[in-house]
Amino acid sequence: MDNKKKKVVVPIGPYHPLLEEPEYFALFCDGEVVVDVEWQAGYNHRGIEKLCETKSWDQITFLVERVCGICSTSHPFAYVNAVEDLAKVEIPERARYIRSIVGELERIHSHLLWVGLAGHFLGYNTVFMWAWKYREPVLDIFELITGNRQSYAMMKIGGVRRDVLDEDIPVVERVLDELKPKLEMLTQAVLDDPVLSARLKGVGVLTAQDIKDYGAVGPTARASGVAIDVRRDSPCAAYGLVNWQVITCQEGDVFAKAVVRLLECFESVKIIQQCLEKLKKNRGPIAVEVREIPPGEGIGHYEAPRGEVFHYVRSDGTNRPVRHKIRAPSFVNIPTFRASCLGQTISDVAIILAGVDPCYCCTERMLTVYDAQSGRKMMTGTDLVRLSQEKTEKIKQKMGKNG
Amino acid sequence: MVSFLLWLLLSLVFFSLLGMLSGWVDRKITARIQWRVGPPWWQNFADLTKLTAKEVVVPVTAGPFFFLAPVMGVAAVAVTGAVVLSALSGTGGETDVIVIIYLLVIPSLALILAGSSSGNPLASVGIARELKLVLGYELPFILALLVPVVKTGTTRLSTIFHLLQGPAVLSFSTIVALLVALFALLGKLGWVPFDVSEAETEIASGLLIEYSGWLLALFKLMKWMLLATGITFLVFYFLGGLAGPLTAVVKYIVLLVVMVLIKNTNPRLRIDQAMKFFWGWLTAFSLTAILLAFLGW
Repeated sequence: MDNKKKKVVVPIGPYHPLLEEPEYFALFCDGEVVVDVEWQAGYNHRGIEKLCETKSWDQITFLVERVCGICSTSHPFAYVNAVEDLAKVEIPERARYIRSIVGELERIHSHLLWVGLAGHFLGYNTVFMWAWKYREPVLDIFELITGNRQSYAMMKIGGVRRDVLDEDIPVVERVLDELKPKLEMLTQAVLDDPVLSARLKGVGVLTAQDIKDYGAVGPTARASGVAIDVRRDSPCAAYGLVNWQVITCQEGDVFAKAVVRLLECFESVKIIQQCLEKLKKNRGPIAVEVREIPPGEGIGHYEAPRGEVFHYVRSDGTNRPVRHKIRAPSFVNIPTFRASCLGQTISDVAIILAGVDPCYCCTERMLTVYDAQSGRKMMTGTDLVRLSQEKTEKIKQKMGKNG
Repeated sequence: MVSFLLWLLLSLVFFSLLGMLSGWVDRKITARIQWRVGPPWWQNFADLTKLTAKEVVVPVTAGPFFFLAPVMGVAAVAVTGAVVLSALSGTGGETDVIVIIYLLVIPSLALILAGSSSGNPLASVGIARELKLVLGYELPFILALLVPVVKTGTTRLSTIFHLLQGPAVLSFSTIVALLVALFALLGKLGWVPFDVSEAETEIASGLLIEYSGWLLALFKLMKWMLLATGITFLVFYFLGGLAGPLTAVVKYIVLLVVMVLIKNTNPRLRIDQAMKFFWGWLTAFSLTAILLAFLGW
């Protein structure tokens, strides 16, 4: 700590133009070089897990959609997987395709969003605007097939809530056909830009060992050559029924992460096109009725654009879960900054922190402190209330004295 | 002395107006490249007026230079403009190009002074970067300015302005020197790829983080004036702008557009990369240009 005190603290947060959500990174700097980083979250905590215990099974689908604004179908996706695992429900084939279509469209828009933001973080606002321009038709497709540009509310225990209409399919196909050359242009522009290479190559390298040590997931892991992808490793929805590939890179730097994300967009287009073809032939119900949720536990996971999102639910047979646990990918991805940021310059740290595509609202959680020796819980809810009341009392007294 | 004061007043008005309009051209072209509509031509005037009406928040750590630095910056650019204008009119007497070199460093120094007197840690990172950047771009800038000196055999501004015209302009060495000077001007303006000292997504405007109200307005004005003065100087110094008023305007616009295009097709360089670029490539280029100028190219 003494060592830290001597250094200049460059704050990134709690509100900072680099990141659109509130969180705090304290960069302890020696000149331009970052020697230590401290991370504080908790500005955004909404207690969603606890709230889930007060909602019925069907309501939770909409609640978990609000965990994150960008991967707003990944959380319900993982949640319905968990409940279906618990209730042993098989969903109809048509619903599988629709789920995959929505999930992959979300991946395209999320990855394009990241590419744009990464450009913005590097001061390359042209890339920012172009990537977001290309993302716009994808959101239009969402509006067409789900009714919303964000928070699509397509997932439902036992299937999906809305069918994809036959007359909409050609429109979606046309938009995807138009999107592909634009994606290729953007990918080439990013890959060929010498200044971008200079800024991103060899920056914030995470080795495959780092990925294993920190348990990082998603494009962050795949950019370091660790080929993990829930869609392939534990196929849900239609991922086992269509042809696609897991994209990996070996370098592990920010450039590799950008490459992985851009190339994944093409795979997503491929998946959606195949699913649309299948939809044309496959007529059938889009959901099965689930009347009772039996007692027991269920787990569900899904490959969100940022990595594996994991949901666990436990039921006692009533119409609401007794426990709902969510683990978002950023929770394991963000701590990798310890391995990738130290010893780098402030400029690089800014883009490295953004390189894992962090999502802070997904990651927020309540912590309880345990004593390492005795294993005793050091802080309970009552303790916290007491602490907060004591502090309010102190502030009141202070204000009484001064004014 | 009186006549120079008149030039100064003229320079202040002329380059403020030209700078704000050039700033609008920058914003408009940038917007069109990025598929946006862009602001109307009077946007910068409106912004400036709005800023002057805003509250000035002065941090408790601020020293007297917090107020002096922006005034200093604007004054220095106005003097530069006056020197250029008077030299153009032929009444500038013995003004030297070396004066211009000195004067054009002052805006950066004013920024550094402003940052250091605001006492903000993010500003301190900005100061360190700006100082390095000044060291970086000054070397190739001075070397590039030597090329017309070699060609004309004098350092007197008005002589260079009047001698370097017609076919002599299109020589290989002046074009190379002009490009080098253009990059140095990008550095002086703090435009991408050299906006390291303000880098909003890293250090949240760095040097200017504590500035608000009319003090910030002065710095904005300084940047716009620097843009106009800088390009005007380059047009007459390298491109023989005295050939005719219309061609001078065209040359001015071409240089401005080139700078805007560079700004919009590059990400921000890291400070060490910027230094390598200035001391490596650009210095090599300007040295080559000087050599070519000696050889009569």
